[in-house]
Amino acid sequence: MNLKTFKIGGIHPPEGKEATEKKPIEIIMPKEGALMVYPMSQHIGAPAVPIVQKGDRVLLGQKIAEAEAFMCSPIHASVSGTVKDIKPMLTPGGTMAQSVIVENDGLFEEDPSLGKNKDWQKLSKEEILDKIKNAGIVGLGGAGFPTHIKLNPPPTDKIDTIIVNAAECEPYLTSDHRVMLEKSDRLAMGLKIMLTLHPGAKGYIAIENNKPDAIEAMSEVCRKYDDISVVALLTKYPQGSEKQLIYAVTGREVKSGKLPASEGCIVDNVDTVLAVERACAQDRPLMRRIVTFTGDAVKNPGNYQVRIGMNINDFIEQVGGFAEEPAKIIAGGPMMGKAMFSTDVPFVKTSSALLCLTRKSAELPPESNCIRCGKCVGACPMGLMPLTLNQDALAGDMAAFEAHDGLDCIMCGSCSFTCPAKRHLAQTIIAFRGEVMASKRKK
Amino acid sequence: MNDNLMVSSSPHIRSKETVSGVMRDVVIALVPATVMGIVYFGVTAAIMVAVSILAAVLWETLYNKIAKKPNTVKDFSAVITGLLLALNMPALSFSEHPIAIFVMPIVGAGFAIVIAKQIFGGLGQNFINPALAGRAFLVASYPTLMTGAAFKATNFMAEAETYATPLASMKEGGSYGATLVQGLIGNTGGTIGETCAIALIVGGLYLIYKKVISWRIPVLYIGTVLVFTYILKLCGVEGAVSRDYTEIFFGGLMLGAFFMATDYASSPVTPLGQLIMGFGCGFITVLIRVFGGYPEGVSYSILLMNLCVPLIDRWTTPKKFGYVKPVKVKEVK
Ligand code: SF4
Ligand code: SF4
Repeated sequence: MNLKTFKIGGIHPPEGKEATEKKPIEIIMPKEGALMVYPMSQHIGAPAVPIVQKGDRVLLGQKIAEAEAFMCSPIHASVSGTVKDIKPMLTPGGTMAQSVIVENDGLFEEDPSLGKNKDWQKLSKEEILDKIKNAGIVGLGGAGFPTHIKLNPPPTDKIDTIIVNAAECEPYLTSDHRVMLEKSDRLAMGLKIMLTLHPGAKGYIAIENNKPDAIEAMSEVCRKYDDISVVALLTKYPQGSEKQLIYAVTGREVKSGKLPASEGCIVDNVDTVLAVERACAQDRPLMRRIVTFTGDAVKNPGNYQVRIGMNINDFIEQVGGFAEEPAKIIAGGPMMGKAMFSTDVPFVKTSSALLCLTRKSAELPPESNCIRCGKCVGACPMGLMPLTLNQDALAGDMAAFEAHDGLDCIMCGSCSFTCPAKRHLAQTIIAFRGEVMASKRKK
Repeated sequence: MNDNLMVSSSPHIRSKETVSGVMRDVVIALVPATVMGIVYFGVTAAIMVAVSILAAVLWETLYNKIAKKPNTVKDFSAVITGLLLALNMPALSFSEHPIAIFVMPIVGAGFAIVIAKQIFGGLGQNFINPALAGRAFLVASYPTLMTGAAFKATNFMAEAETYATPLASMKEGGSYGATLVQGLIGNTGGTIGETCAIALIVGGLYLIYKKVISWRIPVLYIGTVLVFTYILKLCGVEGAVSRDYTEIFFGGLMLGAFFMATDYASSPVTPLGQLIMGFGCGFITVLIRVFGGYPEGVSYSILLMNLCVPLIDRWTTPKKFGYVKPVKVKEVK
């Protein structure tokens, strides 16, 4: 097989997927009486606006917050029950956000309008986009970009390629892998629906070759469609980064500062494509997602389908808790995930994994002087000089940071991973990049 | 429940590679050449290697103490500097220079560690190769002991008290006076660590295999010496006509190309920059060997290129992914 991959840099972190890659997706439901918390900001853009009031009874699948701004996405109840309060609550990102709190009555009584309109083939392009928007679908890989906007780029960008990002290059994560094995048909159907929005476009499911069973399963299903095929990729981090993935699949280089659509491409995450299928072919909004719960502190590592809004502490308890006390809990993978302050927060649309590390594996070695070995330069997938950017950041020199293309950093962490002196390269670069962008925005 | 979670920014994992691990690999790679040096030059060579390493480590400790900095001996880089310095010194005769055998390594290591390395900020900050700086200092301070005249014959060579190196014979007599096989196995005059080409190549390949260094500097360096020497030879340049491909196995070239020009701190970090470094070193080495007053040009060529590294790095910044040529806006008057 001719394996494709991206052009420059990249690393091979230990995979850590053995613990969960063979575990079928298990469904975990919130218990009766559990408090579900729905933050109004679970996506990039303006927060959604609540359309229910304290004391209201809501049904499963009922819209409880509306997207009023352009860059926004609505939110649905994932249980039936009573609205207890609407107030700011802590989110997994560590910030406070206005949230609707619903007490689960344990009945899971569905909104009667659900599942009425499954005939997506009869819908026009606009109606499909509207369905996706009204289902509250955003990029479930972690970015949270509203999907209906991504699927509808400005007419100047003609889309000819839609890629399902099934690289799953982050160590430890296996939920996309399981979806491809267990829900192959529906994943392909989701992509098919997206392709109808862009007549003539080709669909690709890009999978790294450390998942041969997924490549096989998806290839089998794709035989039914003449415009969808599987692309096998050579395993390398950060393959799942949009620009790197587009290069691997199409050989096109998204220009600095441009979006994938400028090269005719749309990239969407596995779970997102599945949500599109659920919205269009089953007429159900986004209420659940699949997470990998893993790490050496976890008792029963596995892949779980959870309700958005469910409390993470409740979830951890329901799946067996910890084998050892975790010292660090990361929302997402170990390379780009965020360390959490507290687990007393709900699952949100963008929660892709919970990685729980013991003190032993969470401890990081101390930083020492740069020895100028150049390994970070060789690892950077964007062709940057992390050692120089690190110096610029430490010196607080915004002009030099920009001149050295610090804004092109995709925050993949490859430089920090590789550095033998264990310098906090990505950490300083990412933080300073944020400052530079903020100061540019002000100007 | 768990309120004491550690919070730090991503990434949350690191590779197993460490600075001391990298440096240990360099020491391992130098073992064959060191052993061969001791085989050829005997006990004095062993003493000088030991004194040099010890002195480097002590100077580093002393400096850190005085400067109130954490002791950096653990990272093994001082060991390497001491070792490389010794490998760049001729083995002196014990009976004739009983004091210099100790004093030279101590002085050389002091200059290398304190002046060339630590004053500039320590490991990674020094812009010239400390071992070579130490050697250059010794050449200036002990010209008679550091150059040709004092070189000992190897234990396997005929009687002669001193022995001209192949490159010195070439400079004076127009022939290497040594065969290719002699150069490969190292049975020629020279400094302690430079004579055995095979041992150095084995060590160098180990470093490339372990990804400690890239192939770029050594290959370009040695290749340039070979090609440029032949160009001058074919052009009939006086100092080059009697040279041939065995040139690359004599003198400090292998030691310099694999172990000295590749020193992290004093060589470029960019791939293109490393090619330029290798080429530049090779070019200057041949110029000195063919036209210069010295028979040997490796250390000076590397020191000269060391000075250009900041510039080279700046000029050879890699092209970023997604690079777009800036559109030149013509000024309208
Ligand atoms: S975090 Fe940024 S600088 Fe570091 S390797 Fe990734 S893209 Fe390059
Ligand atoms: S990898 Fe680390 S030690 Fe090596 S050049 Fe980059 S910052 Fe310096």
